[in-house]
Amino acid sequence: MRFAETGFNLEVDLSRGNIERVETDPKLTELHLGGLGTNAKILWDRVPPEVEPFSPENLLIFGTGLLAGTSAPGANRTIVSSVSPQTRLFGYSMMGGFWAPELKHAGYDKVVIRGKSSKLVYLWIHNDKVEIRDAEHLRGKGAVETSELIKQELKEPKAQVAAIGLAGENRVFFASIEQGRSSCSRLGLGAVMGDKGLKAIVVRGTKDVNVAKPLEFLEQCSGILNYIKYREERPIPGVMPILQGLGSPQEMLHVDEEWHTTNFMWGNSRTRRRDFWSKDIEEKWTGTQETARKRLISCSNCPMQCGAVISMPGQATYMMKCFSKLTYTMAAYSDLDFGFRIAQRATEYGIDGFSGPQVMAFGLELLEAGILTDADFEGMPEDNEGKFYWLLDRIVRREGIGDILADGTHWAAQRIGKGADAFAHNNIKKHEQLPLKLGMLNPVYFLMYCTGEKANITQIEGQFPQAPFPTKEEREEFNKDWIQVPDEKFKQYLMDWEFRGENSNPYYPTAEMSCDIVDWQETMHYIDDALGICAGLSSFPLKPPYHIHNYPKIISAATGMDLDEEGLKEIVRRNRNLLRAFNNRLGMTRQDERPPENHWKKRFPELEEQLLMTYYKFKGWNANGVPTTETLESLGLGYVAEDLNARGISTADDSAAAAQELVGAAS
Amino acid sequence: MKTKTVKNIRVIVDKCNGCRACEVICSAFHAQPRYSSNNPDRSRIRVIHEPLRNIFVPIYAGEYTPAECAGRNTYTIDGKDYDECAFCRAACPSRGLFKEPDSGLPLSCDMCESDPTLTKPKCVEWCLNDALIYETREEPVLEDEVGRQQELQQGLAALVDKHGMKDLLDIVARMSSRD
Repeated sequence: MRFAETGFNLEVDLSRGNIERVETDPKLTELHLGGLGTNAKILWDRVPPEVEPFSPENLLIFGTGLLAGTSAPGANRTIVSSVSPQTRLFGYSMMGGFWAPELKHAGYDKVVIRGKSSKLVYLWIHNDKVEIRDAEHLRGKGAVETSELIKQELKEPKAQVAAIGLAGENRVFFASIEQGRSSCSRLGLGAVMGDKGLKAIVVRGTKDVNVAKPLEFLEQCSGILNYIKYREERPIPGVMPILQGLGSPQEMLHVDEEWHTTNFMWGNSRTRRRDFWSKDIEEKWTGTQETARKRLISCSNCPMQCGAVISMPGQATYMMKCFSKLTYTMAAYSDLDFGFRIAQRATEYGIDGFSGPQVMAFGLELLEAGILTDADFEGMPEDNEGKFYWLLDRIVRREGIGDILADGTHWAAQRIGKGADAFAHNNIKKHEQLPLKLGMLNPVYFLMYCTGEKANITQIEGQFPQAPFPTKEEREEFNKDWIQVPDEKFKQYLMDWEFRGENSNPYYPTAEMSCDIVDWQETMHYIDDALGICAGLSSFPLKPPYHIHNYPKIISAATGMDLDEEGLKEIVRRNRNLLRAFNNRLGMTRQDERPPENHWKKRFPELEEQLLMTYYKFKGWNANGVPTTETLESLGLGYVAEDLNARGISTADDSAAAAQELVGAAS
Repeated sequence: MKTKTVKNIRVIVDKCNGCRACEVICSAFHAQPRYSSNNPDRSRIRVIHEPLRNIFVPIYAGEYTPAECAGRNTYTIDGKDYDECAFCRAACPSRGLFKEPDSGLPLSCDMCESDPTLTKPKCVEWCLNDALIYETREEPVLEDEVGRQQELQQGLAALVDKHGMKDLLDIVARMSSRD
């Protein structure tokens, strides 16, 4: 018997209409856990770099986390992987909700989609019965609407549906996959789904998911719940409200938006409005939110309430979470009423709430700058909000200017030319980022922005505080019950970190310390994404219930694997290097590893170079950010090194040469 | 008068966040061996949820009933329409709720009775949003003999319904002849 996992994947070939239930190799679980790790393994083995994102050979993998469907709180993530049409790199996107546990109960760990259907179809998985069904009648329907229609048509109200809207059907590069409560929004995987002619995957499962050591596992899970209670009663003092607790930032709960609206950028990530927030606005927005919000809601088996049922008068009800509450509002210099209203339409169309609004604001900026002309926007209404609705409609239908904007700011700028690329200014690896521009370079975030394979780092994430505490007492207080640190040295890093002087950003934490901190943050993300645990209970907030010390026990109890901290870290390193190698094979080099030029006002080219090189070395990568043969071989990834070398991608340890180059550049 | 302790779960629907942790832990608790597996479809508590209508109603399994009820009402509460079934705890033929997915046999909440006794049922313990509150109250009991007879009759009625009177009588006859 397999524990925690089911031991079976569904392989679906949409070109041939073939469906197979394939037993997986238990050895792969020991090597990669599940979720992101095994997704990456499948992509490495089966999607060579010649494969275009929109080709039948590209795979679209819906992988459940290893712990999904067990009692582990917050184990609900579906990790969707493919080659992203936007970055043309590993599409590393995820969603919470209820879909992953349902798939486990249906008896599968993953659904691996290949090929392309000539007609629009949906996949209906009901335990052992799996069929490809016609979806032509759902063409053009909203993602939420589709989900409801399919559940009615199948008479299966308990089915879980992951669906695309018009944006996915029309291969918009920032199309999402919507699942009601949650969405897989980043990196345009909805477009890959649309390209495959797949409107939705519908799942209903009624089978057991087993764990190896029931009592030990239950004890660990109860411990997690107890710690959540403990943390809820003890918000972290001295940090802003959204960083005090667990979960993703509690945007659906909080109505005070002074911090976001006066610190984040408006428009195409352009303007900071320091004086925006006022009593009047607070009153009005509070009214809007309290009217719209019908209930705070959660994902499967998680007590945090990061989402909400939103109902705006005169509009269909939908569900929202986190920061999409403000992205439309701020891109359009509008108000919260507009934000909630347009998000309803955008959710039905299925687009990414980070990229979408920025793309629209980018289009309007180009018009203002004379790079695009009125002729490109013929028929656009005069009023500000009207412009955004109009643009949204054009983009998801790929009509006129919408067809160009639908490729996202980077590719749109390439197509438009005339200096438009200067306006696509908020990207990492061609992917739109959080609208945030800051003053002083932070070395830890610099590294995370540059090297994160997710191409999507928010400025607030991680278990290490994002800013120093002002006083020694506060630092001591914070350190007192900081059980999550992998090593006591992190407490010292925090103790010595100052706002000003020698021990402050950008030179402190030092390059070596920054490597340690980034490695810790990243390790947690890679564990979460393999297990399907929500980052909101682990890698994202300060002092979370899941950490490096309890994870090995939880995984061992669930799976029966014999695992300690070192063993777990080794799996993380293996997954991390496999993902990196996959991207290197697709052409990613050091040149791609940079934050938006204007992310920080104060930049330090020499220091940044030093940070990057120190980090590469720390990771066992060469000066081009490619894992060395030695690194790969030590992780049992010799076959990866061979492939990279055969393709002429050097895995030689050239750090000495690079250091030389660095010295040369500095002198 | 003799009394008995009646255990009750108060359900505060306004506090339900729809996470279904109650289903997860109930199925784990009742797994054999205990906590060895999860399957919400084996859970004795289910959250009736229609998020787009803002309907979230956790209900825990009550008695088995052989027949559908005759008329089913719609209740409108705070502008939302609830089918009467949304509040009904019965395992009944009109719906798939509270039936073992393999055998189709009815499931019933036992308040997690176990040895050693838990301070509260698992679903209540795992509901950190306090949508489920465990309560006990004292109620007068029927005379022992009457109560016992009633219980027996109820149990037999369920068996008759499932297997038919004939089979049941045959088996009873066979069992008594063996004694």
